[in-house]
Amino acid sequence: MAAASAAHRHSKRCRLSPVPLDSPADELLFLVLDRVAAADPRALKSFALASRACHAAESRHRRVLRPLRADLLPAALVRYPSASRLDLSLCARVPDAALAAVPSSGSSSLRAVDLSRSSGFGAAGIAALARACPCLADLDLSNGVHLGDAAAAEVARMRKLQRLSLSRCKQVTDMGLGCVAVGCTDLKDLSLKWCIGITDLGLNLLALKCTKLTTLDLSYTMITKESLLSIIKLTNLQVLTLVGCIGIDDDALSSLEKEYSKSIQVLDMSHCQNVTDVGVSSVVKSIPNLLELNLSYCCPVTPSMVRCLQKVSKLQTLKLEGCKFMADGLKAIGSSCVSIRELSLSKSAGVTDTELSFAVSKLKNLLKLDITCCRNITDVSVVSITRSCTSLISLRMESCSHVSSGALQLIGKHCSQLEELDLTDSDLDDEGLKALTGCTNLSSLKIGICLRISDEGLTHIGKSCPKLRDIDLYRCGGISDDGVIQIAQGCPMLESINLSYCTELTDRSLMSLSKCTKLNTLEIRGCPRISSAGLSEIAMGCRLLSKLDIKKCFEINDVGMLYLSQFSHALRQINLSYCSVTDIGLLSLSSICGLQNMTIVHLAGITPNGLIAALMVCGGLTKVKLHEAFKSMMPLHMLKNVEARGCMFQWINKPFKVLYIFFQPACLPLRYV
Amino acid sequence: MDRSQNHIHGQSAANFCYQFGSDNPLLGMGIQQQFAPFTSPFGASSSTNIPHMDWNPATMLDNLTFIEDKIRQVKDVIRTMVDNGGQLPCRQGDLTQQQQVVNADLTCLIVQLISTAGSLLPSLKNSSFLSQPPAGHMDTVNHVGSSSSFIPNATTISEENKEDMCSPEDYEELFKGFTDGAMEGGIEIDNVFVEEQDAKDGDEGGDASMDGENLPPGSYELLQLEKDEILAPHTHFCSICGKGFKRDANLRMHMRGHGDEYKSPAALAKPPRDASVEHELVKRYSCPFVGCKRNKLHKNFQPLKTILCVKNHYKRSHCEKSYTCSRCHTKKFSVMADLKTHEKHCGRDKWLCSCGTSFSRKDKLFAHVALFQGHTPALPADETKNSSDQISRVGSHQEPAKFPSSMGSSFMWGTSSSDDRGLDVKGLAGCSEDILSTGNFGSFNFSFGPADGFTGEPSGSSFSVLPPEHFQSAQKKGKN
Repeated sequence: MAAASAAHRHSKRCRLSPVPLDSPADELLFLVLDRVAAADPRALKSFALASRACHAAESRHRRVLRPLRADLLPAALVRYPSASRLDLSLCARVPDAALAAVPSSGSSSLRAVDLSRSSGFGAAGIAALARACPCLADLDLSNGVHLGDAAAAEVARMRKLQRLSLSRCKQVTDMGLGCVAVGCTDLKDLSLKWCIGITDLGLNLLALKCTKLTTLDLSYTMITKESLLSIIKLTNLQVLTLVGCIGIDDDALSSLEKEYSKSIQVLDMSHCQNVTDVGVSSVVKSIPNLLELNLSYCCPVTPSMVRCLQKVSKLQTLKLEGCKFMADGLKAIGSSCVSIRELSLSKSAGVTDTELSFAVSKLKNLLKLDITCCRNITDVSVVSITRSCTSLISLRMESCSHVSSGALQLIGKHCSQLEELDLTDSDLDDEGLKALTGCTNLSSLKIGICLRISDEGLTHIGKSCPKLRDIDLYRCGGISDDGVIQIAQGCPMLESINLSYCTELTDRSLMSLSKCTKLNTLEIRGCPRISSAGLSEIAMGCRLLSKLDIKKCFEINDVGMLYLSQFSHALRQINLSYCSVTDIGLLSLSSICGLQNMTIVHLAGITPNGLIAALMVCGGLTKVKLHEAFKSMMPLHMLKNVEARGCMFQWINKPFKVLYIFFQPACLPLRYV
Repeated sequence: MDRSQNHIHGQSAANFCYQFGSDNPLLGMGIQQQFAPFTSPFGASSSTNIPHMDWNPATMLDNLTFIEDKIRQVKDVIRTMVDNGGQLPCRQGDLTQQQQVVNADLTCLIVQLISTAGSLLPSLKNSSFLSQPPAGHMDTVNHVGSSSSFIPNATTISEENKEDMCSPEDYEELFKGFTDGAMEGGIEIDNVFVEEQDAKDGDEGGDASMDGENLPPGSYELLQLEKDEILAPHTHFCSICGKGFKRDANLRMHMRGHGDEYKSPAALAKPPRDASVEHELVKRYSCPFVGCKRNKLHKNFQPLKTILCVKNHYKRSHCEKSYTCSRCHTKKFSVMADLKTHEKHCGRDKWLCSCGTSFSRKDKLFAHVALFQGHTPALPADETKNSSDQISRVGSHQEPAKFPSSMGSSFMWGTSSSDDRGLDVKGLAGCSEDILSTGNFGSFNFSFGPADGFTGEPSGSSFSVLPPEHFQSAQKKGKN
């Protein structure tokens, strides 16, 4: 049988199944396909190549399309007629012609199109899309800074649209929004974030016409009290996001007092700088069914304001990041908001031991607590947190540097449900890690800049946390290969690991990590002993690798790049600065189609010609960081050409700092400063 | 020229303005009501003809004498006021009445003085001091003026003096200030300028104040003019030659050509307000069109306040709209002033609706879109070039389906082509028998049926009831 023999020739997988693959029912085949895809997305390709029947089955089954190049779009849509979702986020530039080529057969099954990362298309392209897919329900046009009212008018022709994102479509005005409001009356989810051209007129019309809205994002728009009332009156609205709306002030919120919204469950008013505790007090009165309230960077927290929160008896999530706590404000949270499950106090001023202890002693049901950068708290708070909130699943206390290692041990002992723990920049030691052995559900552990931990502590983690997905060991100078090997062996689910500036690490660590097949993010910045040999193991083992940071790994050279280009087809982002890579390595790297983001600064072996060749080959680039010196050395028209494909250049002008890297923490990422 | 008769306060000249109403007492009354308050600023008889005269010592002397007389009159009035005030507390009404008279007289005096002085200015020679008469009457007035009192070689003002003189605009402003002052003083200057300058004030303004004062029926005298009278182009006729005029002032100008007896200040003066008329009931007017809300038989009758209101109302509501905008060739008006107001703004309405209506303000457009199902804001044609091609294609495809092409191109909201008032938004309720009426209107609900059309796949059946609006906008876009 031809199909069977073809399968036999091409794929190991098909060799395992002796029955011809065109006989089983589609349903069965699709189940198999789902399993295969869950294990390894690349396997689908092998499957399709196995036989004509496999190819046809895979074509029928594919639901999500994520093309690498927009010009392949027509062919892809012909091959996958049942695809319902088209994700163009890998195509930096999608010209109108590409969208116009979408086959306009009336039976197009496309329901969702994502153009959020693409540019180059305009109203004509959207018009073509609307013609081809009249049943489109989900359209993402975020970051369409070039899209204006004409484009919005075309969007309005998609009558069945339910979800639409126009984030950062700054040229869209009330006219465009008016078209959308009249045309797409089925809209349920609309994002107008950063649509600064929109005013109350358009929003009032939207509230009038689109009564089915459940989620509305109006962040950073010019909304004022004129339209806030009609927005609040939307009977189905559940999630309202008003981040950074300067037009929302106490006056606007007090005008809501007579209105009630029974449907709104989530209200985000963070960064509304003109809102004070008075306004918050009045708005919570009109939204009695609130589940989540975000007042980050919004207003000082006073006891009277918090007492008003008693009225929203169902409140579960309260985010007060960057707020200034007045005396007794935090205490009031403990006495008023007994139902809350999630509390965020990160970067807030005025959080003291006594108040926090009181609050957490009342909030027994707390599941998530964020006290990042509450620098005043000490062991007292940690003791009361661990005593009362034993069911915590997330605790973030980065930069709480006054907490002693003894208190940190309590966390592991009492909060055994923890899934997420952030103890970055703390006094954690191996005993503290040993205490975490009870937290078997731990999936994210951030213990960067904990200089006292060693391989012994990591061994405990490796033995007891099999579900760990994400571990951050940034600048943990005390660990070596043995610790990483323990983690790699004990945590097969690992997806992301940060080993930056763990200077003792060698290729042995990477060899063990290459067994973690789900690894997609690897940061080994500033590990000078790691070489191409270790990287090649990673490339071969971790086929899903998409983010790689090998800055200042001086030993890594072209060989590592050749392996990457050969095996890491999922690579999206790479930082090569200070490596020993030359033009050859760069060129081979550029053969990875999906590569979007490259940082190539201070590479001694790179010439302008090699660089421009690599840039020309690599069609999917969206962002490239280069040293400023190259700007004048590369032909301008070439740069223009690359830019026209949707790539953005960022020119870096930093001195070559190789001598100080071991001593100077100047290259710390922002979050640690 | 014989000026001996100048100081005689004969009423003959004033009588001419009643000519038209002679066979219809109601109309006559109405006109008097209309123009009586006009007395005050124009009582200064010669003020209007001064500009057409050149410097003439005799005229100057006449004018000065007139001013002297006038001052004496005012002095008398004030003296009686003083006397009365000393004797008994006189009624409030009388006092204000007298104050108004004094105010008016003083205004008139000032005007007279200025115009007398203004006659010195050669630059004022041909410009009407008070307001520009409509172009059609300019010739007549000039002709009359020059035939009666033009004296050649009278320009004696040296060149350097000119620079010190005020421009005519300054005078006009000054005068405007006076009349404004007079109005604030309680004198109603319900003059004919309204007709030319601001027709809106006539009807709507009258209505507003009407609604505001809310006179009970019976507290006013109700008059009803007939259609012919309302539409008559002239209301003042020369008793000698029969020539018609819109304003009595123009008639008086004209009369000067018929003999010297019409040239005296008294003959040229505005006929003074009849004391007996002032104490009569206020007058209100009814529209002769039966069934109109302004008709006295209507159950929610709302009377019109002035003759001017009647005229404008009748033309707007019950007459054909014969003035077409020369810019858009679409909007039509029955009152010339409305057309002029429109033409000022025509083409500047950049806020378009899909139905073809344009608005000068964005909020008006959004209120409109919010009101009507299926209407959507439309972008200017240049912005949606590519898409408009499609639209126009769809439109033309549909064209033979229902409407003849002439219909499609001339149709517009709020205006009407052959069948008036059909789609006037205000008149929507009562126009169900019109061919463009509610039946099509209902189709807006599922309109955006054209949605399918826009996608380039006309689905046939849903199109046959395309509202004409789409069709219109499509055509417009197609043209651009």
